Amino acid sequence: MDLKIADIAVSTADREAVDAVLGPPPSGWEGGEHEVGVDDRVAYGGRAEAERRRHLLLPTLHAVQARSGWISPGALGYVCRRLIVPPAEAYGVASFYALFALAPRPPVVAHVCTDIACMTRGSGDLCAALERTVGPAGEHPQNGTSVWLESPCLGMCECAPAAMLTVAGEHPHEDVLAPASAEAIASALRGCAADARSDEALPQAGSPELRLLRRVGVVDPDSLDSYRSLGGYAALRRAVELGPAGIIREVSESKLLGRGGAAFPTGRKWDAVARNPVSPHFVVCNADESEPGTFKDRVVIERDPFALVEALTIAGFATGAEHGYVYLRGEYPLAWERLVGAIEQARARGLLGDDVMGGGWSFDIELRKGAGAYICGEETALFNSIEGFRGEPRNKPPFPVDVGLFGKPTVVNNVESLVNVLDIVIEGGPAFATVGTEQSTGTRLLCVSGCVERPGLYELPFGASLRALLELAGGVAGGRPLRAILLGGAAGSFVTPDQLDMELSFEGTRAAGATLGSGVVMVFDDAVDMVDVVLRIAAFFRDESCGQCVPCRVGTVRQQESLQRLAGGHARGSVADERALLDEIAVAMRDASICGLGQTAANAVESAVNALRIFEEVG
Amino acid sequence: MIVLWGSNAREAHPIFFHRVLKAVHHGARLYTVDPRRTSSAQWADVWLGLDVGTDVPLSNTIAREIIHAGLHNRDFVEHATAGFEEYARSVEPWTLEIGAQVTGVPAEAIRELAHTYARADRAEICWTLGITEHHNAVDNVVALINLALLCGHVGRWGSGVNPLRGQNNVQGGGDMGAIPNKLPGFQDIEQDAHARARFEAAWGAPLIPRYGWHLTQMFEAMERGELRAVYVIGENPAQSEADHKHTIELLEGLDHLVVQDMFLTHTAEMADVVLPAAAGWCESEGTVTNSERRVQRVRAALEPPGQARDDIEIILELARRLGHDWHYESAEQVWDELRSLSPMHAGMRYARLEAEGGLRWPCPDENHPGEHFLHARLWERPISGPRAPFSVVDHSPPVDTLSADFPLRLTTGRRLDSYNTGVQTGGYTSPLRRGEAIELSPEDAEHLGVVDDEVVRISSRRGSVEAPVRVDRGLRPGLAFMTLHFPDQVETNVLTIEATDPRSGTAEFKATAVRVDKIAVAGEPSAVAEPVAGKAR
Repeated sequence: MDLKIADIAVSTADREAVDAVLGPPPSGWEGGEHEVGVDDRVAYGGRAEAERRRHLLLPTLHAVQARSGWISPGALGYVCRRLIVPPAEAYGVASFYALFALAPRPPVVAHVCTDIACMTRGSGDLCAALERTVGPAGEHPQNGTSVWLESPCLGMCECAPAAMLTVAGEHPHEDVLAPASAEAIASALRGCAADARSDEALPQAGSPELRLLRRVGVVDPDSLDSYRSLGGYAALRRAVELGPAGIIREVSESKLLGRGGAAFPTGRKWDAVARNPVSPHFVVCNADESEPGTFKDRVVIERDPFALVEALTIAGFATGAEHGYVYLRGEYPLAWERLVGAIEQARARGLLGDDVMGGGWSFDIELRKGAGAYICGEETALFNSIEGFRGEPRNKPPFPVDVGLFGKPTVVNNVESLVNVLDIVIEGGPAFATVGTEQSTGTRLLCVSGCVERPGLYELPFGASLRALLELAGGVAGGRPLRAILLGGAAGSFVTPDQLDMELSFEGTRAAGATLGSGVVMVFDDAVDMVDVVLRIAAFFRDESCGQCVPCRVGTVRQQESLQRLAGGHARGSVADERALLDEIAVAMRDASICGLGQTAANAVESAVNALRIFEEVG
Repeated sequence: MIVLWGSNAREAHPIFFHRVLKAVHHGARLYTVDPRRTSSAQWADVWLGLDVGTDVPLSNTIAREIIHAGLHNRDFVEHATAGFEEYARSVEPWTLEIGAQVTGVPAEAIRELAHTYARADRAEICWTLGITEHHNAVDNVVALINLALLCGHVGRWGSGVNPLRGQNNVQGGGDMGAIPNKLPGFQDIEQDAHARARFEAAWGAPLIPRYGWHLTQMFEAMERGELRAVYVIGENPAQSEADHKHTIELLEGLDHLVVQDMFLTHTAEMADVVLPAAAGWCESEGTVTNSERRVQRVRAALEPPGQARDDIEIILELARRLGHDWHYESAEQVWDELRSLSPMHAGMRYARLEAEGGLRWPCPDENHPGEHFLHARLWERPISGPRAPFSVVDHSPPVDTLSADFPLRLTTGRRLDSYNTGVQTGGYTSPLRRGEAIELSPEDAEHLGVVDDEVVRISSRRGSVEAPVRVDRGLRPGLAFMTLHFPDQVETNVLTIEATDPRSGTAEFKATAVRVDKIAVAGEPSAVAEPVAGKAR
C-alpha cells in the first residue's frame, strides 16, 4: 500500500521491541536495511498482506509501550512500515487506548483507581496524600522518571483502594497494589516496587457448596497436574465422548444464560455457530472485564486458569472452531501471567494444538491483551480490537454468530459463562438446570464491594435474596446504615434498602427494574456522598464513550454537565427542568446509541436521581 | 488477478486505477511489472523490478515456467490457438535462472507471478507505454498476448489483455480510421476490397488502395523530401517527438504547415496557418470511445470562444473551399453515415447511446446489447473464425546501449497531475507539481555527490539538458527517470532516441543511455528549480 510515513528515526530499543513481536523485517521496504540488488528488484506487500498482518497492531503497540513507556512518532512509523498500516490509522488505534501514551511519559507509572468502589474505601484521601507528597496527577516529578495518573476501575474492588504500577523498560513489569497506601505508591514511584495484594478475595473458601469457585484457593494455578488432580480435564474427556452435537444439547438443556450482562442463551449461540456453513469458526472468550465493580473473571483466571482453558477448548470442539482467543483486559497482570502459563502447559501436554488429546482434532488459543478501553468489553468492539482496529462497536445485525471475528461465525462468551460449561458437560444439562431458579439456572458469581464487612467474590445459586448475600458478606461495614446498593455495575442501577428482599436472578432483578449485569453488588453506607458517586459514574461514561455515534458521544458529555450543574446547585432553570433534560438525554442515548454503552450510560444516573432522590436533598 | 505491466496506472490512468483499487479491496491480487517501484507498485502484492527493455525475456521465462509446471490450459491451447509447439520450443531456453539473470528479477518472484497467473480463475494483463514505447513494441505486446493464450485468460469475463488508452478517445481515433491502414471500423484499406467499394460508393470518390504513413514514417518522408505539407490536428509533435532537435528541423523545412488545435502549441507557433478549434469535450457534439470500447455521447455545453470552430465545421469548410460540398446537418448525420459503413457500429443510434449510457462495440444491429468483452469466439465449439496464433518473439535489448560514457538508463513516464507535453495540463495549478526533475536512486545521487533540487546536466548521445535532481527510493542504481511534461523548462526529448518499432512506429522513449554531471561547485549552494506550474504548455 502507499504509505506516507514521516522520516523520523526509530530508536534501537523500540525497533527491537517491535522485532521481538514480528520477527526481523523481511525487506528494506518494511523497515530493514535497503539491500541493493534485492529490494530494488522485488517488493512484497499490498492490501492482502496488510490485511494478514493487521491483527498484530495491538500486540506490537503493547510491546513499544512496555519498552519505552510511550509510543513515539518514530516507533509508530516503524510499526506502520512493518505492518503496512497507514500512519493515520495506526495513530487512531494507538490513541484509542488509555494505557498507550503518544506523548513522552516516564517509564514508571502508577495508575491509581478513583472509581466508585475505591471511592468508598478512601481513594479520595489517597489521591490527596499523593498530591501532597508526590505532586499532582499527570505531572512528572523533578527527575521525570515516574508519574501517577487517575484511573477508572482496576477490577480490584474487593481490596480497594487499588493502584496498578506499570514499569517500562528492557524488563517491563506490572504490579498491583491493593489495598494501596500513599506511602506504598510513593515508594513504588521511587523505584522500590513490590507487588502488594491482599488474598482475602474469597470469603466462602472451602465451602462445599461452591461450584464455579470450588477449586479457587485450592488448586495450584501454576500446575496442570494440580488442576487434573482436582478433576480438571474430565469435562473435556466427557465432551469428546458426547461429540459436538451432544455438548450443544447439554448446554442448551442447561438453560445457561450468558454471564457478561446480556443474558443470552449460550446453547443458542453455540448451535448457531456450529451450524453455520461459513468457515472458519472462531471462539472468543471475553475477559475484558471492565465494568466498574466487577472482578469475578479476574479471580477465576488468577486462581483457576486451566478451567478457562479447558472450557474454551470444549467450546471450540463443540462449534467446530480450531482457533480461540482470550481477550483479557490490560489491567490484569497476574491473570495474564497465569493464563500464559496455563496455555503453555496445556499445549505442552497435548491439550491444545494440532492433535488435542490424541483425538485428531485441533484447537489452540491466542491471548490478546486490552489496553485500557471499557468499550472493548462490547463483543463487536472486542473483535475490532483483536483485528487491529479502533475498538468501536459494529452495527448489529449481523450478529457475531454470522459475522464475527475476522468476519467469520464466532462464539463469544464471558469467562464465567464458559466455566459453567465444565459442570454442565460432566453432570448433564438437565441436572445443572435443577440448581437455581426456573429461568436462571446454576449459580452466580457476585462481586461484593464497597462499604461491606467482608468484600469479595461470592457464589450463590440463583434465587438467593440480596439480603442473604449482604448478611453472608457480614452486612454494612461498621454496622452503619445502608444507603444504597449498586447492582450490575455502572451500567446497572441503584437499589434502595427497602428492596433487599429482591431475588438475585435474572427474572427477580428484572421484576424489580434492576439488573444483575456482570454480578456487581456494591454497597454504600450513609456516609458516602452519593452525588460524588453519580458524578464519577457520569465521568466514567464520558471518558469511555468511544465517540463513534453521536447520541453517546454527545449524550454522555451533556449528562455529566447537567449532573455537575445539579450538584453545584445551579441548575439551568429549575431542578425539575434539569431533571427533565437528564431524562431526555437518557431517552436519546437509549434509543439511538449503536451499542450497550450508550444505551445503558444513563441507567445508574437515572436510578440515583429517581430512586435515591439525591438532588432533592441537594436542591 | 490483475497484472499491471509497464503501466503506472495510478498516475497515468487514475480513474481506471480506482477500479483496480476496488478490485483489490474485493480481494483481487495485484502484480506490477515495472523497472521503477511506482506509486501503483506500492499497492501491489508483488512488484517485479525488471531491467528496462527485458519484457520479452520476462514473458518468455514466465511462459516456460508455466509450461514446465504443467499449468498451461492445454484444452484451450489445443482448441483455440495455433503455433504452440513452436512457441514452446522458443521459450525453452528461458529457464528461471536465465530469466532472472537477464531481467534482474529474482527467480522466485518470476515463478510466483507465473504460478499465480496460471492458476488464477480470472486474470488480466494491463499495459501501457512501458510496453509500447520501445523499438520492439509489437514484440512486447505479443509476448504478453502469448501468456494470455497459454492460460486461456482471454475471451472470458474478467480475463483478458488490456492496453490502457492514454486519452478519453484514443480508442475512438483508431475506430474511426484515423490510422494509416484501416478504414473506419478497422476495415483494411488494402485487403478488404468489399469494404473499400462500399466507402467509394458512399463517398462517390475512389480511394487509394494503399496504406498511408504513420507519424514516424511521415517524418521519414519529410526527411526524404517526399512530404512537403502537413496538416496537424490536436497534436504537438514539435515537443512530443523523440530526438527533439531533429524534429524541429524537419518541421521547419516543410513548404506548408497547418495546425488545428485548441491551444497555440509550439507546433502551432511554427505553422503557416492555425485553425483554432473548439474543445471536444464541452464545445462540440459527437462521440468518444473509451478504453473499454464504449462509445459515449459528448454534447456542447458552451459556444466556442472567439474564432474557434468545431472540428467538423472546419473540415467541411475546408472541403467546400477545395470544391467539395460535403453536406452534413449535424454530428449525428456524420455518425449515421459511419454506422452505415462500419458494421461494428451499426446498432449504435444516438438515441441508444444516450438511453443506455454508451455501448461497447461490436454492436452490429439495433437489438444487439454491445459486447462486454472480445474474443469469446475462441471458446465456442467448434471455434468460429481463425485460431489465435502464438508468436515467437526474441529478446532485443534497447538500441541506445549503456557505455562508460553513458552509464545510466533513463526511462520516461508520466506524473499524476500533468499530461504529456503539458498543453492541456500546464494551465492548471496543482499542489503536487514540482516541475521537471531527473529522478535518481539514492545510491547514484550519493555516488554523483548530488542532492535534491541540485541542478545537474544530463547528456545523451543526442544532446544535453539541465534539470534539478530528485532522489527516489523507487529507483535502483543505474536507473533514472524523467517526464516530458515541462518542455519549456526541460526539453527531455533532446535526450531520447528516435529508434522506432517498424510496425507500430513508436519511438523508444523508455530507454535512453545518459550521463549525469554535477554543475554546482562544491561548497556553494546549488540552484533551486522554480516550480513552473501554469507556465508550461
